[in-house]
Amino acid sequence: MNIPTVETFGQQVLHPKVEELIDLATELRQEGFNMVVDLTAVDYSSFPTRTDLPENVKPERFEVVISMINHQTRERLRLRVQIQEENPVVPSLFDLYPGTESMEREVFDMFGINFSDHPDLTRILMPEDWVGHPLRKDFSVGQIPVQFKASKAKR
Amino acid sequence: MTSEVVETSNHRSSVLSNDKRVRLREGSAVLRISESDATPKVANDITETSDPSEETRMILNMGPSHPSTHGVLRLILELEGETVERSKPVIGYLHTGMEKTAETLSYAQGSTNVTRMDYASPLFTELAFSLAVEKLLEIEVPPRATWIRMLMCELNRISSHLLFQATNGMDLGAVSMMIYGWREREEVLRFFEKVTGLRMNHNYIRPGGVAVDLHDGWQADLRNLLEIIPPRLDEYDDLLTGQPLFQKRLQGVGSLNTSEALALSATGPILRSTGYDWDLRKDEPYLAYDQVDFDVIVGTHGDSFDRFAIRLNEVRESLRIVEQILDLMPSGDYRIQDKKITPPPRARIDESMEALIHHFKIFTEGFHVPPGEVYAAVESPRGELGCYLVSDGSPNPYRMHIRGPSFVNLQTLPHLMRGGLIADAVAVISSIDPIMGEVDR
Repeated sequence: MNIPTVETFGQQVLHPKVEELIDLATELRQEGFNMVVDLTAVDYSSFPTRTDLPENVKPERFEVVISMINHQTRERLRLRVQIQEENPVVPSLFDLYPGTESMEREVFDMFGINFSDHPDLTRILMPEDWVGHPLRKDFSVGQIPVQFKASKAKR
Repeated sequence: MTSEVVETSNHRSSVLSNDKRVRLREGSAVLRISESDATPKVANDITETSDPSEETRMILNMGPSHPSTHGVLRLILELEGETVERSKPVIGYLHTGMEKTAETLSYAQGSTNVTRMDYASPLFTELAFSLAVEKLLEIEVPPRATWIRMLMCELNRISSHLLFQATNGMDLGAVSMMIYGWREREEVLRFFEKVTGLRMNHNYIRPGGVAVDLHDGWQADLRNLLEIIPPRLDEYDDLLTGQPLFQKRLQGVGSLNTSEALALSATGPILRSTGYDWDLRKDEPYLAYDQVDFDVIVGTHGDSFDRFAIRLNEVRESLRIVEQILDLMPSGDYRIQDKKITPPPRARIDESMEALIHHFKIFTEGFHVPPGEVYAAVESPRGELGCYLVSDGSPNPYRMHIRGPSFVNLQTLPHLMRGGLIADAVAVISSIDPIMGEVDR
């Protein structure tokens, strides 16, 4: 597979397309990357000027970041997958790495990115009936309503 | 004796070898039902669903407010008689959106936020965050700062594991252990208070170094600690390790094998209890861990007893490290002398216009961090604690994510509890040692 690879701060970063993710993960698992350490996402909608992507990778709004580790060679690897805004679906890594179950649930909860073929894609941190996805950049931080407002100064 | 118990509790799993049973979508130990389905049904509903096969199985909600759930962990248990079949941990009761909050705080304020995640070992989250920021800034902290960080983290590991000994004892009914665990932890916290000013939520390790230098006479205080704690650990051995009652409650309860632990991304004492030596301090040395001598403690059976014993002995190893740091502590600066990152000393502000400006800039706007993304990991008492940072060049992180070991380790819970008694569930939760502040963040 021809996956664009970058090295940042001494760590290899791979930029597969969404379609390539499962094949790549299968290959990496066979290579000895025996654990997905972390799976998270970033919403890049308010950072349009980013320049850290390789030339042939098209920037999208969401990015799923997967950190893997190979315990034998003590190597770490990061996959950054661009996810389009209109149809944010990523294949779940559950069958390869069951440890991603709750991490994927967290990303679904916080970013509204769907993981196809996930065994239990439900909200994990927010209440079940919550509307919206808090870590998206267009989700406001919110304010505590205040009882008193400053009166118009007469001076 | 031990192996016999392990085998009996594992009879169900032996049908499916290795890690295959954690990969199951259906029929695995995880009960994948929604929270609302698990709420108690009213009397009318029960008469409607009189399916005989469902009658023997009962859904029981345990928590979120339960003395043994270490905070606010809720468990949905599927019981057959007194045996736990499937279960699901329900979390989020302590979710305060700290990752979202981090985006509105500057890097200088960031450690105040992250220190509140894992409240039993706050210094590790501060360390992971600071290491990530320093990687992005491409700065190197002075050696003394590195060694102070290491000293404080090891002491924090001790206090965290002592807290585990206390709560683990309490969960099993060894209430006197609770008092002893808290007592020894207090000694360590007293040292923390002298150094950082606070017993918890220190905000001590900051990007660029540490907040203040060690106080005068810190060596004497440490020697005092090194004198007090080891004999007390031997007392724990007398009180717990050798106790037949205590052993019976833990040995063979909640066991896991290595491939399951790896598949479930478990780290820390849970992974090590299966006989797999993986410790980031040894395998990916950060700070100056390659310059001190210590052993990685591993277990054999992967059961609750091993996890207890690992934590007890890790305290001893940490004491060994602390003893070496006492001799090896270099002199010099405790933080980097970079005007753009560390605030000037108070006295300088009165004399120098430039110092005043830097002080003002750091505390109002914060310092700018070059764009990029980075992941830094440390070995916390619970496993790999990672910080993923994305910077867009502004003084606030664009995205900060903490890979909490408790959050990930909690996934092993249904697998550990399957086939055990509900009374053992308490022992199993306790042996994972989850800190809910970090699970929910």
